[in-house]
Amino acid sequence: MTSSAGIILEASGLSKQFGGFTAVRGLDLTVHRGTVHALIGPNGAGKTTVFNLLTKVLPPTRGRIVFKGRDITGLGPWDVARLGMVRSFQISAVFGRKSARDNVRMALQRPTGVSYRFWMSSAWLDRLNDQAEALLDQVGLSDAADVPAAELPYGRKRALEIATTLALDPELLMLDEPMAGLGQEDIARITELIRTVAKSRTVLMVEHNLSVVETLSDTITVLMHGQQLAAGRYADIANNPAVIDAYMGTGHD
Amino acid sequence: MSGKPSSTPAWLASPRARELAYLVGLAAAGALLPLVVYPTLAMKILYFGLFACAYNLLFGYLGLLAFGHAAFFGLASYVCAHLVTVVGLTPELGILAGTAAAAALGAVIGWLAIKRTGLYFAMITLALAQVVYFYLVQAPWSMGEDGIQTGPRGKLFGVISLADNTSMYVVTLVIFLAGFAIVNRAVNSPFGEVLTAIRDNEPRAVSLGYDTRRFKLLAFTLSAAISGLAGATKAIVLQLANLGDVHFSMSGEVLLAVLIGGIGTALGPIVGAAVLMTMFDALAKTGAWVQAIQGALFVGFVLLLRSGVVGTLSGLFARKTR
Ligand SMILES: Nc1ncnc2c1ncn2[C@@H]1O[C@H](COP(=O)(O)OP(=O)(O)OP(=O)(O)O)[C@@H](O)[C@H]1O
Ligand SMILES: [Mg+2]
Repeated sequence: MTSSAGIILEASGLSKQFGGFTAVRGLDLTVHRGTVHALIGPNGAGKTTVFNLLTKVLPPTRGRIVFKGRDITGLGPWDVARLGMVRSFQISAVFGRKSARDNVRMALQRPTGVSYRFWMSSAWLDRLNDQAEALLDQVGLSDAADVPAAELPYGRKRALEIATTLALDPELLMLDEPMAGLGQEDIARITELIRTVAKSRTVLMVEHNLSVVETLSDTITVLMHGQQLAAGRYADIANNPAVIDAYMGTGHD
Repeated sequence: MSGKPSSTPAWLASPRARELAYLVGLAAAGALLPLVVYPTLAMKILYFGLFACAYNLLFGYLGLLAFGHAAFFGLASYVCAHLVTVVGLTPELGILAGTAAAAALGAVIGWLAIKRTGLYFAMITLALAQVVYFYLVQAPWSMGEDGIQTGPRGKLFGVISLADNTSMYVVTLVIFLAGFAIVNRAVNSPFGEVLTAIRDNEPRAVSLGYDTRRFKLLAFTLSAAISGLAGATKAIVLQLANLGDVHFSMSGEVLLAVLIGGIGTALGPIVGAAVLMTMFDALAKTGAWVQAIQGALFVGFVLLLRSGVVGTLSGLFARKTR
């Protein structure tokens, strides 16, 4: 494993309170460059909240986040995305009325720097079509390029979301339950895809499917009531009595 | 957009071809319009149609329900009327000044409002527009209840007299087409793609690195500016700026026009404006009934034609060609 490689993301003392309720409590999290890092834990453990904090969708109540050596605690979520930390969502997030191709194109369009040009014809964007279609091909959606995203079945929406995320070629890919709601076949395909794309980037993923976690991840952090319960490799985690007690026994698979 | 390939004939598939087709079609319709309705009504349809297109940019494409667009239409109307009357500006400069004033007001109101969404956004825009209304009720230069009567329409560029309705109509049509072209291009531009992306899923747009606040602010300002262009044109056409221009019922009427014609369609707002202006004109003698019929229409269109006249027609058309 590449645990000796540099640190890409480091959160320290991260806390989030919603009113009186503490969803995340003093979490320290270190993600090493080039690894697949899984964040697991029972429902309501605070995994999505951690994602929202790291990507600056929510401001942390306390704590500091350093990405690629830069303190990003005060940045906006769009800034974080531009720095190379791009997320997908637990509940599939697509642009419903746009075609699958145009969904991916929205990601490709952003780095071109033309997005404020309201006087320019969108015909200009056609130059991105080949690249968009190649990305659709990568997730097995080449036949759906013209279909409005809202009309795609759920598994294909998820695939589209991953293609859109990959279109930004993020250094740190954040996946919030990429397998949620997928059938066995789709899970195998997306697992393969994540394995492929993880060769050249870092992945931080929340996932309930433990066989997927076992297959893909180098490092695992177990979250419980907003706190770290354990961290390490799958084998270590799986044998940790506290984890077995709190998590493995609750029937997740 | 490539979203509904089956509803678009091949020759209209490219955005540029479609834009051109719309412009040529509207120019032709605009040339024929005075044969159907009398000149003042024709001009009302044009400036109100432009206003509705500007509103649709925000409501239809960005998905923001604003309820204060009368402020931009009305302020521009007043600024234009004031400048041509008191300062003696030529009509085109008055219109430009009115448009600029509306854009500036749009930037301010937009900046304050876009931090909110949904009902809060609608309420903030309404509240701020009411501030503008009460300002214009009180301000000495706006002449209170009477409004500003501009007197003769003056000469375009100091040369072409707008006194007769034919030249005024041609100028109004040109302004309408230019304003429509700007809105339509904005919708079919990389910028427009971001707006519809925000409408469909704002968190997703943010996660791709779009600073959605800035896009909303630019869209709001653009919408305010074109609304101002329409309002300033109104002041020249009717030789009058009055409190009706800035009253909140004006904000309701522009929303109604978009709903009648078809939200988020290029031509819907114009169709809606034509329906509404023609109806007001026909009902002008019956007085109080206007309000009631307007309300009934509102309910009727929202319930029966959920995607408006143009949306419903193109839906039918798409089903036939499929
Ligand atoms: N915006 C919010 N306001 C108030 N409470 C919230 C908010 N977001 C999350 N919570 C609460 O914080 C806790 C953690 O939620 P979170 O969504 O992070 O859990 P999770 O680990 O992702 O769970 P799941 O596996 O079900 O997705 C939950 O109790 C949730 O109700
Ligand atoms: Mg979650």
